[in-house]
Amino acid sequence: MKLSYYPGCTLKTKAKNLEVSALAAFDALGVEYEEMQRWNCCGAVFSLADDDLIHMVAPVRDLVRAKEAGSDTVVTLCSMCYNTLARANDLMKNDKEKRNTINDFMDEEPDYAGELRVVHFLNYLRDDIGWDKVKAAVKNPLTGMKLAPYYGCTLLRPKEVAIDSPDSPVLLNEFIEALGGEITDFAHANTCCGSYQVLGNPEAALKVSYDILTDASANGADALVLTCPLCDYNLGRRQDAMLKKYEGAKDMPVLYFTQLLAVALGLPVETCHFELNRNSTIELLQSRNLLEKVPA
Amino acid sequence: MKTEEVTAEVAAKLIPIYIMGKKYDVPESLTIMKAMEYAGYKYIRGCGCRGGVCGACATVYRKPGDYKIYTGLACQTVVEPEMYLTQLPFYPANRAVYDFAELEGKPEDVFELYPELFRCVACNACTKVCPMDVEVLDYISALKRGDIKAAAEISFDCIQCGLCASRCFAEMPQYHIGQLARRLNGAYLTPRAEHLKTMVANIEAERFKEGLDSLKAMDTDTLKETYQDREMEPATAGEDWAPKDNTYL
Repeated sequence: MKLSYYPGCTLKTKAKNLEVSALAAFDALGVEYEEMQRWNCCGAVFSLADDDLIHMVAPVRDLVRAKEAGSDTVVTLCSMCYNTLARANDLMKNDKEKRNTINDFMDEEPDYAGELRVVHFLNYLRDDIGWDKVKAAVKNPLTGMKLAPYYGCTLLRPKEVAIDSPDSPVLLNEFIEALGGEITDFAHANTCCGSYQVLGNPEAALKVSYDILTDASANGADALVLTCPLCDYNLGRRQDAMLKKYEGAKDMPVLYFTQLLAVALGLPVETCHFELNRNSTIELLQSRNLLEKVPA
Repeated sequence: MKTEEVTAEVAAKLIPIYIMGKKYDVPESLTIMKAMEYAGYKYIRGCGCRGGVCGACATVYRKPGDYKIYTGLACQTVVEPEMYLTQLPFYPANRAVYDFAELEGKPEDVFELYPELFRCVACNACTKVCPMDVEVLDYISALKRGDIKAAAEISFDCIQCGLCASRCFAEMPQYHIGQLARRLNGAYLTPRAEHLKTMVANIEAERFKEGLDSLKAMDTDTLKETYQDREMEPATAGEDWAPKDNTYL
């Protein structure tokens, strides 16, 4: 069995804090993986038009590259990449007609029929590594930290590629528990963050951010845990704009699940790139003595 | 004794090719460029170095019974029987206008100058059409994720012929974007040659003035003699070789 890691564009620039912390955790947990050398943008958003096969070419080409590298599983860290790759894989596996059209068009590549398994790091942790092994590797348990698990949309919908129950997911909850943290349940755990609406209707996206973050805060969360760079953009990076607009809104530390994992595993703080998070995130971890030193 | 005169005629076999749809019989061993000249075409544009590096003579062709598009440089590609060809000496592609000194070598430099980068759907038509076998899609993909260095390295063999732009589904000018990546990489991302500063400082401090003045003052014969008697590093010299006279080292 060989595991290919598909990085995704954002993780190489704006979301280094998602990637570097995850790769350090891979190593700490003994995950053998190979970062893909040749890959292109997956397209980020899965096209829903029925006859829009050209937008399947990008994710399928990535899957072909992983197959060429001799892998049988592709793991992603970004929820959007996961969704796009998993759905394209599903299409190549189950829709014979479209598969033939795409393979015919991509005649410079070997044929592909959905042979690979596409996973997100979260279900890889659950299914391939196991919570027991994660628990055993924890050096700094997140005791007493109240964490709101924010799933967003693309890990849970549609059901064909959902890594957990779309209505009542528990995967991030189990993850937080394995690290010794406390779960803060809140109604907006799988509400969309506003996604790309932030481009066309930024005010509407701010409103959703406000609803999600206020709900987490009202339920007593110390921080919001997420998996997706676009969610982080809407809930983390745009939080100052949200605080300015909504009177009484509270600052909410936001961090990637992989950063939390790296902290709990006692990995060097540099791997977390906290400089890309809100200051309140660093302050929170420092106040809980979870950072061995202050990040530069 | 009477000798008989024998004339041996060596003639290349002629094969049919179609230049812009018109049939010509040309010697089978010629390059496309030579064959076009043989057929009577005179190059004013679409021909530069004739050595496979200038990118002026990009040519598109097809073969009978084959749906594929083939490409090559006319000066490097040998004719094939029944090929249909046309040269594309130029393909319109907009090059962004920028003040290089104001750029910083950041991914955003590229994104702002060429936002059409994000129209790429990874169809790979650019790579398939490249006569230099550059992995065009790979460097465009590298740029989308902000990896200017990788884009500069992957696009290194580009000769700016423009065929990628002619086939692009997203209407991108790939070759201009690749050139920007190589410029940014060279100017902002590649480490400076620190020893050059020392050398320039030495020159400015007139470290070599005496030597140059003495050469300038020599008469021609002495100059020739000095040149011929100069000490040269032997071809088999090891790493530790040093000249006997190290005045200027």
